This record gives sequence, structure tokens and C-alpha cells, in this order.
Amino acid sequence: MRSRARFAVLLTTAAIAFAACTGGSSTPAPTTAPASAGAPSSAAPSTAGGGAPVTVDWWHITTGEPGKTDFQKIADAYTTAHPNVTIKVTVLDNEAFKTKLSTTAAADYPDLFQSWGGGIMADQADAGLLKDITSDIASWKDTINPGAMSIYAYKGKQYGVPWDMGMIGFWYNKALFQQAGITAVPTTWDEYLAAVQKLRAAGIQPLAISGKDKWPSMHLWTYLVLRTGGGDSLSKMIQSGDWNTDACTKAGEEVVKLNALNPYQDGYKSADYNAEAAAVGNGKAAMELMGQWAPSVENDQSADKKGLGDKLGWFAFPTVGGGTGAATDGVGGGNGIAVGVNAPPEAIDFLKFFMSKENGDKLNTDNVGLSTVVGTEGTVKDPNLQAVLAGRGAATFMQLYLDQATSGALSQAFNDATIALFLGQSQPADVCQALTDAAKQ
Amino acid sequence: MTAISRPARRRSGPSTRWLTIGLFLLPALILYAVFVLLPVLQAMQYSLYKWNGLAPLTDFVGLQNYATALGSKTFMTSVGNNLLIVVLSLAIQIPFSLALAVLLNRRFRGRAIFRLLFFLPYVLSEAVTGIVFSLMLQPHSVVDSSLSNVGLGALVQDWLGDSTLVMVTLFVIISWKYFGFHMIIMLAGLQGIPRELEEAAYIDGASRRTAFRYITLPLLGPTIRVSIFLSIIGALQLFDMVWVMTGGGPVNASSTMAIAMFKAGFRSHQFGYGSALAVILFLCGLAVALLYQRYVLRRDTEGAVTAYGG
Repeated sequence: MRSRARFAVLLTTAAIAFAACTGGSSTPAPTTAPASAGAPSSAAPSTAGGGAPVTVDWWHITTGEPGKTDFQKIADAYTTAHPNVTIKVTVLDNEAFKTKLSTTAAADYPDLFQSWGGGIMADQADAGLLKDITSDIASWKDTINPGAMSIYAYKGKQYGVPWDMGMIGFWYNKALFQQAGITAVPTTWDEYLAAVQKLRAAGIQPLAISGKDKWPSMHLWTYLVLRTGGGDSLSKMIQSGDWNTDACTKAGEEVVKLNALNPYQDGYKSADYNAEAAAVGNGKAAMELMGQWAPSVENDQSADKKGLGDKLGWFAFPTVGGGTGAATDGVGGGNGIAVGVNAPPEAIDFLKFFMSKENGDKLNTDNVGLSTVVGTEGTVKDPNLQAVLAGRGAATFMQLYLDQATSGALSQAFNDATIALFLGQSQPADVCQALTDAAKQ
Repeated sequence: MTAISRPARRRSGPSTRWLTIGLFLLPALILYAVFVLLPVLQAMQYSLYKWNGLAPLTDFVGLQNYATALGSKTFMTSVGNNLLIVVLSLAIQIPFSLALAVLLNRRFRGRAIFRLLFFLPYVLSEAVTGIVFSLMLQPHSVVDSSLSNVGLGALVQDWLGDSTLVMVTLFVIISWKYFGFHMIIMLAGLQGIPRELEEAAYIDGASRRTAFRYITLPLLGPTIRVSIFLSIIGALQLFDMVWVMTGGGPVNASSTMAIAMFKAGFRSHQFGYGSALAVILFLCGLAVALLYQRYVLRRDTEGAVTAYGG
């Protein structure tokens, strides 16, 4: 089963590579030298030609379009400028990637691969699976958003580079809000609960979550902890492993209040994330709490593949009454590329090319992510993503997704303990105790 | 066969024979050692460490992982779910398959088509089955709307989201997929029973039911026992379909031992703990297999031996 899936991925990759090649060579006049065909060679580093043949093994999880094609084109552009370099691209589904990477021996580790930074990356670094690239990237590290860079640093060493960084917030259906008579987006938790009631009263499913995948609602709980206790308090809980705090309990109590309003979409207990996105994208549910990728997944999962279009809006997580957290504190994260321990210098050179302003702009305009390259902000045209970007820029505190900031039993416990709360099967204090227990393991 | 060659072969008999057997078995033995025995032993070693799968094995914790597993509510729920599937399979799935096999062993028009139809679900992979059924079981999807359309809308449930219902839903789907397999095994068994025996019973005045009870069923015993064995082992290893459909949720309500193991290993990166769960799962399977061989299947093999001897 798995090998068949891998074969399918390989086939798809090959097909795309083939499509990219034929597409590139058919556009220019047939007399053009093949070396420059379709490649933005101006952006490619000047060390072209020469050198012994090198293969760079790159695993990424950008399976959706147009991102998958964009990635392949960037790789093709680089190899065209550097004929001695072959970039072996392996496109994997998120879950398949995690499983495959955890069964890969150090000697076979890919040179470049998807990473979210944080706890897992730290474990990989401790195990000697990553390359310290601090000095290799010193000349160009300032071209990248420093906050995002810090997620890929561990014990003062840089092990990877972020290419996408955003912030989680509420994505909502403006038409459904209007239909329910909600005139302004909620800025406080009380207003939010009132809006949920209005939506339900108007016969609309207010909020989509995923009982199967668990993490979407875990982020909601994280925000409640953050708004209640503030960033310092949350950092302290992570470091000390003691979650039996007022902020943790209070956040759980707010979830119980929310649960009481019957706020979730039909079938939420067994829905996976795709089903959640489909509920919003098809206009069935009014909101979801999600990262910057939400619109593209909603579009992809909607029946007409178009999603909500102009009807989609974004607002930051509201403040909680009596809480000490600021409205500008955020929960966020994104995608990056970590560098494997066996990576040749060409891999880091390709990474530099990948992180060029031109490629960052391209990923922005195609809505593949929110580029971390300084100066690419202008190419984000979508007003909602501009709002996310403004939130990222104004953030007074940024917490990486809890299940990625930590590792081991605790990282899984965030998802498992909070989903029980959202599904009404545990009490606020149980969550805090479960996390404290998991932190000790 | 000449008279001279036979004693000659006898003399070099035992040692040459064992050498031949050994040589022929060697490739299989090597494969078995490398791909079965070694990983089992490695898992046993890992299970004694606290290990994230990345760093070197240094943090020896003895049997602590086993203690954690036996004290874990999630893992105990998982064990309970495996046992539930075992019990339901034996109580419902096997008798149902047997009844169908007896039915399809009669002569009637279209028998081959029915056999094919009932066997068809077994051909699908578990993952495909899981995806198709989870789409059908989504709210307002095929199952719900079918029920509503025939006036049974009141029966509509949150099939995979209800903590108490989810295992029943999964069991129905597992049965749908595997009843054809057990049916085919039993059909094969039924066809091995000479018709003369039943006919003789009828001549002696036995009713259909009596003939089934005292002739067919005992003679089908070995087949049923093999079917039960496969069913138990399958239920203990249950993973693919559940993982695809519910991921063990909602809140571990449909978790199985294999799912708990996978989550500990590949999700939490607790490979030491995950290995301990794997060893427990292995021991459960081994215990069932050995006890079943010893107490249930032995009379079948003994029968076979005496049959050859006589």
C-alpha cells in the first residue's frame, strides 16, 4: 500500500517534471539554446557550469497546486543554471512524509526537507541528523524575517530556513455573518460567543473543527490560554511542564462555555481537516480557526473548487475579559526547509536561490504561502492574507503551534487532551493534569 | 526402483537427508531471521529504553514502558476494543459466513454469481474500503439520505462520531469486508465432505437439521477452527481501516492496540514506548496462536496423522 502510494507520487513528480520541461521548451523560439529555456536565470547565482555532478535530495509536502509546480520550476531553474546539479524532488503527503522521515536512517537522510522548526527539529538536531548552517548562510540571513528564522534555530545554531510564516486567526463567511445579523467582527470573547449564538439562531453552523485531526481546535484552546495568561505565562508552562495553572483552567472553562452553544458543524466529531475546510468552503459553516493556508484548502475542498471568494474574511482571535494577554499576541508558524547532515554545499546554494526575492514573490502571488523574504510583502494582493501579514508584522509575541514547539508525549498530548474537552468528554482541570503528566514522560 | 539402489540410499540416509533439508531451508531461514526474528528482538531491546528514535539508545528504563502501557487508560481501551471485535466476529461474523456457505453449497441457478458477489468486498484494500465508507457515512451523505428516503430518518446517527456507536459501525464494515473470505473457506470445507454421508443419514431417517448438526458440522470442524483462528488474529491486528476512518477517535473511542502503537511511535516519537506496545501486541498474538494450536487445532492435526498411519 505504502510503496504503491510512493510509486504514485513518483509518477506524479515525473509527470510534472515532464510537463515543466515541455512547457518550458515550447514557449521560447526553437532556436533558443536549451540551457536558458524558461529559466529566470537572472536570479540564479553566478557560479553556473563546471563542478562534479552532485545530487540534492529534496523532500517537500507541497502537494497542492500551483505550489507543487512552482517548487518544481524553482528546482528546474536552478539545475538549468547549474548543469552539474541534479535535484531529486520527492513530493509526499504530510502524514506520509512524517512516517517516512521517522523511518529513515541518518545515512539516507534527505539533504533538504520540510520542517516546521520547534521541538521535532530540536530532537533531530540533538540526534545529529541536521547540518549547522549558521556560517553558511551568514551572508544572506538578514534577507529573511528574523522572527521566523528564530523558529529554525536551536541552541544558537541555525538548522533550517523558513519560507512561509503566518498567523492563525478566524476565517469567516461574510455573507453568513450578515445573514445572522452580525454587523462587526467580534473583538472580545463575549462578543464572539454572542456571534456564535446569533449564527446558530439563524440556522447556520457557526464553527468548523476537526474531531479526527484534533489540531484545529487545539489552536483555539492555545489562543484562550494565551489571551488569558499572556505570552510569558504560556512560555513558562512549556518550559516548566507545569500546566496546572489558572490560565490553563480558565481557558478550558471558556471552551466549556463555547461547547454549550452547540457551535460546531454537523459531523464534527469524526470530521477530518479536509471535511472541516469543505464545510467552510461550501458555505455550510460560518467560521474556522486556521492558518494562512486556509483559503487554498477551502477552495480545493469545496464542491466547485472556487470556495468563498470575496465572501471570505479574516479577523484576529478576540481578547478574553480579565485576561492579561494582548490582542496582538499570536499563535503561528509556517513551513521551512531543514538541511540534512549529509547535505552538499550545493544544497545550501540552492536554498539561497530558493529564498531569493523573485521566488518569494512568486510564492506570494500564487498564494502558496506568506513569504518570509524581506521586501516581498507588497506582492501579497489578497486583502485577507494582507491582514494575516499585518498580524504577523505587529505581533508582540508569537507562539509556534504547541504540537510543533514541543516533542514526544507532550506534543501528542496537546491534541489528545484538548479534543476530549471540545467533545465534552473531559473537564478543564483534566486537560491541565494530562499535559502536566505528559510533560513528565 | 531397483533393489540395489535402495539399501545404498538407506545407508547415507539420515545425514544426507538433513543436509538436503538444511540447504533447502537455508534461504528461507535467513530471510526469516533477518526480517522477522531480528526486528522482534530489536523491538524487545528498544522497549527497555526511553528513546525518541533519533538519538542513540542510552536511557535504559527497564520495564517502565510496560508499566506505563498497562497503567494507560488509552491502551486499555484499545485492548478492550480489540477484544470486542474478537467477540463480535466469533459471535456474528463466523456464524453468518457459515450460514451463507451452507446456502451457497446447494445447487441453484446463479450460485456462482452469488459466490463472486459475496467474495468481492474482500478483494478491496482496507484503505480503499475505509475511505469509501467514511465518505458514505458523513452527515447527510449516502447512508443518511438513504435511510431518510425510505422513511427511517429517525435511525440516522453520528455513525463515526458517537463514542459508543463507533466500534459497532466499524465492526459492521469489517464484517462486510471479511464475511466473503470466511464464506469461501467454509465453502471449500463443505465441498470436501462426501455427499454420501449426508445421503446415508437421510436414508436412516435424519432430518435436514439433524444431518447438519451431526454430520456436516462435525466434519466441517477443522475448517471452522481455522476460520476462527484467522478471525481472532485479524481482529488483534486491526489497524488500516480504523486508522483511515477514525484515526482511533473520537477521543480514542475506536483506538486499537496497533493504533496506540503507531501513535506512540510515529506521532509522539516515543519509539521505546511504542516498541513496548508492539511487544505486547506480539505476545498477545503469540499466546493466542500457541494456545489455539495446543488445545484447539491439535485434534485436527492428530486426526490427520492417524489417518496417514492407518
